[in-house]
Amino acid sequence: MNGNAIAALIRNDIRLYLSDRRAMVVGILVPILIAAFFGYVFGGLGSKKEAGRIPVAVVDEDQSVISRAIVQDLQQDSTLSLQPLARAAAADKVRAGAIDAAVILPSGFGAQSTRALFTGENKSVIELLVDPSKATSAQVVQGLLAQHAMQQISKEAFGGATGARTMDGFLGTLGEPRAGESADRTELRDLLRSVRRWNSHNAAGTANPGTGTANNSAGAGLSIPYTVSSRDMTARNNVPYNGYAHSFAGMSVQFILFAGIDAGVLLLLLRGRGIWQRIRSAPMHKSQFLFARATATMLISLFMLTAVYAVAMLVFGVRIDGSLPGFIAIAIAFCLLNACFGLMLATLGKSAPTARGLATMAVLLLVMLGGAWVPSFVFPGWLQQLSRLSPARWAVDGFDGMTWRGLPFDAAVMPTVVLLGSALLCLAIAIWRFRWEE
Amino acid sequence: MLVIEKLRKNFGTRCAVKDISFSVGKGETVGLLGPNGAGKTTTIAMICGIAKADAGRVTLDGAAITPESRALKQRVGLVPQDLALYEELSAWANIELFGGLYGITGALLEQRGTAALQLVGLADRRREAIRNFSGGMKRRVNIACALLHDPDLIVLDEPTVGVDPQSRNAIFENIEILKRQGKTLIYTTHYMEEAERLCDRLVIMDRGEIVANDTIAGLYAQLPVRRDAVIELSGDGANDALIQELAARFGKQFQVQQRGAKLDDVFMRLTGHALRDASDTGESP
Repeated sequence: MNGNAIAALIRNDIRLYLSDRRAMVVGILVPILIAAFFGYVFGGLGSKKEAGRIPVAVVDEDQSVISRAIVQDLQQDSTLSLQPLARAAAADKVRAGAIDAAVILPSGFGAQSTRALFTGENKSVIELLVDPSKATSAQVVQGLLAQHAMQQISKEAFGGATGARTMDGFLGTLGEPRAGESADRTELRDLLRSVRRWNSHNAAGTANPGTGTANNSAGAGLSIPYTVSSRDMTARNNVPYNGYAHSFAGMSVQFILFAGIDAGVLLLLLRGRGIWQRIRSAPMHKSQFLFARATATMLISLFMLTAVYAVAMLVFGVRIDGSLPGFIAIAIAFCLLNACFGLMLATLGKSAPTARGLATMAVLLLVMLGGAWVPSFVFPGWLQQLSRLSPARWAVDGFDGMTWRGLPFDAAVMPTVVLLGSALLCLAIAIWRFRWEE
Repeated sequence: MLVIEKLRKNFGTRCAVKDISFSVGKGETVGLLGPNGAGKTTTIAMICGIAKADAGRVTLDGAAITPESRALKQRVGLVPQDLALYEELSAWANIELFGGLYGITGALLEQRGTAALQLVGLADRRREAIRNFSGGMKRRVNIACALLHDPDLIVLDEPTVGVDPQSRNAIFENIEILKRQGKTLIYTTHYMEEAERLCDRLVIMDRGEIVANDTIAGLYAQLPVRRDAVIELSGDGANDALIQELAARFGKQFQVQQRGAKLDDVFMRLTGHALRDASDTGESP
């Protein structure tokens, strides 16, 4: 094997890459910028204080104690950015996409909902105007509304003036005990009287007769009877999730594949030039030429990957919390795949512009399926299964595994094998289709 | 040294080179001439082991040259018609690449690369990017890159295309040095004065066939002796008998300007005046 010829070709390809400094910087800078943007949008460094609030309007047509309390609770909720509006203005804003949703508390809501709490009848209807493109926001608003409404309605029902009036009304309807009345009626009267007495105690600020302590719980209304402690399952040392880690994996994969396209297109362009004749007149076999091209592209890809991840680690706090050897194995396998992909493209393409266009479309499809732009778990089930056919998915998942997921080397084996297998497939096609002669 | 025997090359149904045969002796410079589409470039591709012949063979000192014969390729240097250079890189980076392809590295590359650049007069510009060179300088580097592995046979495919007279003259001088070094040269060109100046013998091709293979003197001998006279009547005096006679006959004073036959005349007589397109003759693009 003519090692000098191979070394000369590899050195030359790297020189060509380095000779265009502007293109080189752009090739590294663009994935960093896009990854930084997506990383920020999808969670940044794990801080929730920067998370965006959902813009919502509230229309209080009731102006009751309950409705005003609900509006106040919603205003204090850190998830929402609430603005009280009139019905028409709220509808216009939702329609225009200026806000995600509008909650309309109708007239009579307070009294009607307190009564419905006991009877289950004549429920008041809260209108929720929704921007159809923000369905997830609407679901969040609905959940928060249920939480705050239940708390305020129950609070008022069991301790407020509206609740007292409602219970007085019920007791009046039930009347005084009579001989032969049903047991249910008796028990309901007893319950309502007990609640009224309880409320009287609380209103007077008396101590809890059972505990001797001041009782504030009745005044708080019903609340969710548990709290949730969420914990990000990331690296083994439980470091916070870094949104940049995923976006840098995705963008690295995408832009390195673009570099693979460039390598393939350059080879296509070379065919029509005198250099091609001179290379073919040299004493070297086509397999040596292909090997040199693939090696050069792989080294350039590794350089790009290293540069992008260096910035990710130094500036954006991305860490390889998993296996470093695993990360390196996946990186080499992916860069080899990229080199073979470029060779395959050069052998299948008829002309440089056509090859570039088709390959760009294919790469975008592969990386989108691979979860480079958005995580693949947001896809429908069938698409998630389909996306496993994309080598980009294995690369992105592999890099995720070795960075923020903190997985051990074992988890890098399968992605590495799949990437190497894909590289061999591309190489086989390239060797099969490659023709020295024009 | 180089023997071409019944060489044939087809592109689909078109025959670009039709069973041609000729030879080139050691140290000889043979011009390969022909109109566009004559089959010159295809013939060169087969001589250099770039293209595979459909029939016939090319031998160098008895050994057949094919795309697979790497040892023989080491003895052949090609100067392609298109500039075979990476313009983004320096002259020396190109030297390193094309030297490396033939296994020339290290001190040997330094020695031969420097010598090649000195030959073409660009040793002091080795660090400059090719894109900053003039057309003539690029052509000279193009030649230098073919000399690094010290080939016995150098094939120059129209090495002076698109250069000014000064650069062309410099290239001629470079080639004459190679001739003096005893290199065997095959030189293709459309310029008859180049062939006349540089070549010992000419092989003229047309439509894939050889229509002449002779020394320049031999080719001239194929033309009938002919002299065209351009007679211009002017007011200057003349004493030639013919002129006197003509003057007496025409009754006016005039001047006679004469020129001899040129190689162009031989070429045009052999290949005709019709324009040629590659698509008409099956020449590869």
